[in-house]
Amino acid sequence: MMRITLIAVGLLLAVLLPLAIPWLNFVFIMAVAQGFAALGVVLLLRAGMISIGHAVFLASGAYVTAFLLRQTGITDLGLILLVATLGSGLFGFLIGMFMVRYRAIFFAMLNMAVSMVVFALLAKLYHLTGGTDGVRVATPTVLGAVLDRTVFDSLLLYISLALLVAVGWLVHRYLSSPLGKALEAVHTNEVRLEYLGVSAWGVLLYAYTISAALAGLGGALAAIAVGHVVPELAYWTHSGQLVLIAVLGGIGGVVGPFIGALFFEIVRVVAAGYAAYTWNMIVGLALLGVIFFLPNGLYGLVQRLLKRGGGS
Amino acid sequence: MTEPILRVENLHVNFGGIRAADDVNVDVHPGERLAIIGPNGSGKTTFLNLCTGYVKPDSGHVYLEGNSITRLTPRTIARRGIARSFQIPQLFTDKTLVENIMLGVAARRGIWDVLRPLNRPDYRREAERFIELVGLQESTEKLAGELPEGTRKLADIAIALTLKPRLLLLDEPTSGVSARERFALMETLIPALREEDVTAVFVEHDMDLVRRYAERVLVWDSGRVIAAGPPDTVLQDPQVLQNVVGV
Repeated sequence: MMRITLIAVGLLLAVLLPLAIPWLNFVFIMAVAQGFAALGVVLLLRAGMISIGHAVFLASGAYVTAFLLRQTGITDLGLILLVATLGSGLFGFLIGMFMVRYRAIFFAMLNMAVSMVVFALLAKLYHLTGGTDGVRVATPTVLGAVLDRTVFDSLLLYISLALLVAVGWLVHRYLSSPLGKALEAVHTNEVRLEYLGVSAWGVLLYAYTISAALAGLGGALAAIAVGHVVPELAYWTHSGQLVLIAVLGGIGGVVGPFIGALFFEIVRVVAAGYAAYTWNMIVGLALLGVIFFLPNGLYGLVQRLLKRGGGS
Repeated sequence: MTEPILRVENLHVNFGGIRAADDVNVDVHPGERLAIIGPNGSGKTTFLNLCTGYVKPDSGHVYLEGNSITRLTPRTIARRGIARSFQIPQLFTDKTLVENIMLGVAARRGIWDVLRPLNRPDYRREAERFIELVGLQESTEKLAGELPEGTRKLADIAIALTLKPRLLLLDEPTSGVSARERFALMETLIPALREEDVTAVFVEHDMDLVRRYAERVLVWDSGRVIAAGPPDTVLQDPQVLQNVVGV
């Protein structure tokens, strides 16, 4: 009960705070967007697999969004988010069929290799992708209505938060399901899982596809919020950032990556104003703190505080 | 004579020149409790690995109820009805015993259910029945990784039983268990196998257990079956006594 109350208070703050501090609107949307991508990384981490290339699916969601708006005449926000998510999921499924055969460092490096190939293609195929200049993303329509950008940005935040709740609930259900538990079992004992007649490959491919779709959704939200997509979205350091956010937030639950992403975005924005060249150091120190003192991430800290407060 | 549940024909496998299976021919009959004995490195575990698809033979065939399973994967063979336990118990150590067993139940009933929780009443009821079957009720909510060895052995067998196999292969079910606890473990295990109507093949080093619980014994040496028959007869064989029992 305490946990639900906390989530409700958090969501309420996320809705109300930007009304008082407008620049937080963008920060919160980006936190949700990055949080979705980091949640994708978390799914794989639960199976003991680290992807240092997952930003490629965030980039695919962002570029699908840009192409839909620029070249197909599809401008509806809901349809764009849906197509970008499904498109990235399909991309993840195709890449995943090959990728989930590998484990440990091979999995991590192969993901990075694929992301760097895609990064190079996005940068080099100028006529198609705009090269290093990227592609501008127009403001989508909402149920046929063309909205003023300020109104649209506020609406985008509410939609992002609604998606966070809906998709987060679905992922939570998935992680509690037999398939979600089998995903953890890949990490603990893949041999036993196979001897139970369960295909570890299938379990991982399912997770990989979902994780790509989540990253794609995050990419679409980020593209619409920023209004521009560039190849750097697929660059391997961005993938590393997603792993960092996932570890910062904690991989134990669905909320963790979003807490990590919010922390990351706030540090980045605040530090940009007061200590432009040290924000990476602040994030690095925070990560060290989490690794040494909070093995379950910031979410673990919240859980610990809740327990101390008598919550469930 | 009924058709064998498992038939192994002319099985050969070499590991870098070492013959781990050398023209092995074995029939296992439904309802039987067959013990495999032999010195370390004689190919007993390799035989189980060959029957479950973990090792592929160089030549020869393995049939389950008349159908070839020689080239199938462990996963497919498990689905066809052969389950196994391991010398080192293979559990999901970060989960409780009941979660381990529920995962086994889910594996049989359908793992691809993504919106309903694993911990649901019907799965839990069935898991608790398996836990009761092997007498581990007190450990239901304990982490599998923290269970004592004898309990882990039984848990490993219980998770294999969740597949409702027709044939269960047990690799040294009492190894690592104190001499006093071995009989208690077998006294729990044998009725459980009978209740589940499971044919069992078990690799064992304790000859007292073999005499008491096996209906037939295969004696392994250097990848070959050197003797087979009822325990009382086989364990009197001078060659077996000298090479295997060490008397």
